[in-house]
Amino acid sequence: MIGDWIDIGPVGQISPGNARTLPVQGGEEIAIFHTMNNEFYALVNKCPHKHGPLSQGIVHGTVVTCPLHSWNISLKTGEAQGDDKGCVPTIPLRVDAGRIYLERAAIIAAQAPERAA
Amino acid sequence: MNAPQTMKSLSGEGAAGPERLVVIGNGMAGCRAVEEILARDPARYAITIFGAEPRVNYNRIMLSPVLAGEKTFDEIVINTPEWYVENDITLISGDAVVAIDRENQTVTSASGRIESYDRLLIATGSDPFIIPVPGKDLAGVVTFRDLDDVDKMLAAAEAGKGNGGGHAVVIGGGLLGLEAAHGMALRGMNVTVIHLMPTLMERQLDEAAGWLLKTELERRGQTILTGADTAEIMGKDGHVAGVRLKDGREIAADIVVMAVGIRPATGLAKSAGLEVERGILVDDHMVTSDPAVMAVGECVQHRGLCYGLVAPLWEMCRALADAAVGTPGGYTGSVTSTKLKVSGIDLFSAGDFSGGEGCEDIVMRDAARGIYKRVIVKENQLVGAVLYGDTADGSWYFDLLKKGEDVSGIREALIFGQAFAMGGGALADPNSAVAALSDDAEICGCNGVTKGTVVATINAGACSLDAVRSQCKASASCGSCTGLVESLLALTLGDEVKSGPKTLCKCTSFTHDDVRRLILEKTLKAIPQVMQELTWKTPDGCASCRPALNYYLLCAWPGEYVDDQKSRFVNERLHANIQKDGTYSVVPRMWGGVTTPDELRAIADAADKYQARLVKVTGGQRIDLFGIKKEDLPGIWADLNAAGMVSGHAYGKSLRTVKTCVGSEWCRFGTQDSTGLGIKTEQMTWGSWMPHKFKIAVSGCPRNCAEATIKDFGVICVDSGYELHVGGNGGIHLRGTDLLCKVATEQEALDTCAAFIQLYREQAWYLERTAPWIERVGLDHVKAALFDEPDAIARLAARFRYSQQFMQDDPWARRAAGEDAELHQHLAEFRPFPAPLATLPYTPQQKEAAE
Repeated sequence: MIGDWIDIGPVGQISPGNARTLPVQGGEEIAIFHTMNNEFYALVNKCPHKHGPLSQGIVHGTVVTCPLHSWNISLKTGEAQGDDKGCVPTIPLRVDAGRIYLERAAIIAAQAPERAA
Repeated sequence: MNAPQTMKSLSGEGAAGPERLVVIGNGMAGCRAVEEILARDPARYAITIFGAEPRVNYNRIMLSPVLAGEKTFDEIVINTPEWYVENDITLISGDAVVAIDRENQTVTSASGRIESYDRLLIATGSDPFIIPVPGKDLAGVVTFRDLDDVDKMLAAAEAGKGNGGGHAVVIGGGLLGLEAAHGMALRGMNVTVIHLMPTLMERQLDEAAGWLLKTELERRGQTILTGADTAEIMGKDGHVAGVRLKDGREIAADIVVMAVGIRPATGLAKSAGLEVERGILVDDHMVTSDPAVMAVGECVQHRGLCYGLVAPLWEMCRALADAAVGTPGGYTGSVTSTKLKVSGIDLFSAGDFSGGEGCEDIVMRDAARGIYKRVIVKENQLVGAVLYGDTADGSWYFDLLKKGEDVSGIREALIFGQAFAMGGGALADPNSAVAALSDDAEICGCNGVTKGTVVATINAGACSLDAVRSQCKASASCGSCTGLVESLLALTLGDEVKSGPKTLCKCTSFTHDDVRRLILEKTLKAIPQVMQELTWKTPDGCASCRPALNYYLLCAWPGEYVDDQKSRFVNERLHANIQKDGTYSVVPRMWGGVTTPDELRAIADAADKYQARLVKVTGGQRIDLFGIKKEDLPGIWADLNAAGMVSGHAYGKSLRTVKTCVGSEWCRFGTQDSTGLGIKTEQMTWGSWMPHKFKIAVSGCPRNCAEATIKDFGVICVDSGYELHVGGNGGIHLRGTDLLCKVATEQEALDTCAAFIQLYREQAWYLERTAPWIERVGLDHVKAALFDEPDAIARLAARFRYSQQFMQDDPWARRAAGEDAELHQHLAEFRPFPAPLATLPYTPQQKEAAE
């Protein structure tokens, strides 16, 4: 049970409205978001558009705006919003007793999306 | 464990005489479960209840009103001593069960009493969570869980009476903590609430409602410290004396109430060998991993969830009783809602209000009455609601939510509440609802304008919101009736409504100018406050309005407003320019484009050390180092700082560069010291945040080598003085500057520059360069603002210089010293693929030792 979830530390490490990153050796860097509404989400840290680091975007509601070209990406589904098309993998995340856990298998399986035009 | 016999008793067949039911826990869950069982089959069980507290069952959630003096203990008793007698229940109070022997089906109490059972019910509830800080065991540190805790708080309030009230500190700004704080405040104490998160009750409230709550509690005299982390509880002679925060602040305290949360009380179940995760695991019939043992209430974990509210408890008790009398129904989990029991504050939340995919937020704010309502609709169903200030419709929303009713038919009027939305088919459309208002119904409370007056104004030719505002003043003040006026326009004119000027973003119907004006008029000083008072349509804005509001507030309240990092674009948050591969470029400031061999050596060293992949000279006469990782930024800045260089702000909506030529010092055509004036100008203006980036140049003669006539502010030196030019732009739309004026001295040139920048800072829209701003307002407007009043330049320049004293603080130096370090650091690194054993530098013996 425990081995399926990776403890990445206490919730207090990410202030609301911000994101932090988790590099994965041999894999894709993960961005962990803390929304203004005190929810946590994890996505591969690459915008489906031109691979911008989503962790550096402005978080509003459950959407992050990519810092490179302002695509809006849903933190819940990884889907680009509005007229833009593309999707970035999400990583199942849970918070327990003040700590954040990510699903190990999903981190390992995560692949960056193809770059969209 | 004799499972066959237990199974038999479960089905109820062949039971000889009543079975023995032992209940551990004389609280709300245990007693309610017993009541439910008695209601179904009063003769089935011989019941014994153990309670740790030396009293009968009372309504724990009513402890807040007892503390506040609104109720007495007798009024919150649920089961009187007579109830136990009448129902043949043996109550053993003040004697906690300390062990369960499942083999022999007995329990043992603290006093050594042993009772055997056929069925056991665990209802041990939860324990308050004590944060492990020094001083947590001092006398005067209490929790808020039972009547003894209330008595200690009342005693502290009593002791403080002759002493200015005494000081109470509540750690935890959740439901329970705020109720404790409220109670002690009503008892006359000076109360401080310390909350770790930035928003009060963050699990139940969004940022907007949390802000309203905080404001109201502060108005009532409580001190609310959010984002405050407790370091230590300080004592004196074994008794609590105060609390010290991690940031060093100290708060005096005669009593400290710890209310940071609860955890299921599972110790007894765990030592009895029952399956326990966060809570005691139960199935849909509240049966644990042992078929003879049931559990209910806050101590259980059902389908992965633990509950800390009362409503799920009732539902669990019903399911438990159904199963216990042989007619299993099953519990499938609860949807919960929350109300804060603080008199005079109406607050309700239910369901999921995190928004997101497929979710639609409907927000209504009434600034004048302090109301914030937000409902969340997903796939035609209501999935969440947050109400502040007016919770009359809370139960209606909760009902819609629990039943999962299709709300598409009342979608438009949902936010106005049940009476409005259910007022018939015609009223379900907000326009129809407005149409149904009588002519003397007041539309605009600020200016006392009735519906009849607004309609008459529209019929007389006002066919836009702005026209209505200017002609009859409806919605011209606070703007919270804007929606109503828009409805009246639509009703009266149909399609002929003229759309108004562009709003700031889709989150608001106000324009940039409205927002800037109202920030000053209503002295709005925080982003959530602006959103509430100006009736924002979204809970926390968007990537367009957040940076704009942050700038407007920063400009309006220099030295007072605290910059909101999370509302800043990445470049301004990291003080460097993000590049397409996610690395950053770093540009140190070179005053007026002048550098020294020492600075160049330091830049070269930094480029080597941090492996800059490109070193490029910019158009603004600076050196740009590309390919720097975000983790390395504080390090490279420290090195550049050490050589005397500060941030070049090449990343900001701010003063970028002052470009110069060599001027009269070197150039045979130079008329004035353009380099010197450029350096002075840059020293005056660096660090100032603006609506957009701002570039300056100073050319020493009309040959204009510094290209001053395509800058936001350009100086052309001539023999007789200085020509000042504004509004140039070398970007997509090339625009040459307009000549603003000619001055005779350097000081006048500097003063005019400061005044022009301040005018732009105060009047332009966010992300509007000076060129489109001047095109929009006209050069005459700018000239009038600067020159019509004799002291206008002096006043504007003074405001600029006042603001600059807070801005000219090198952000690189602060980061290099460790500020906001988390912005530059990864959380951790994950290495899922361990290196093969052979590559590990272990001998077999070391490997053995390591294992």
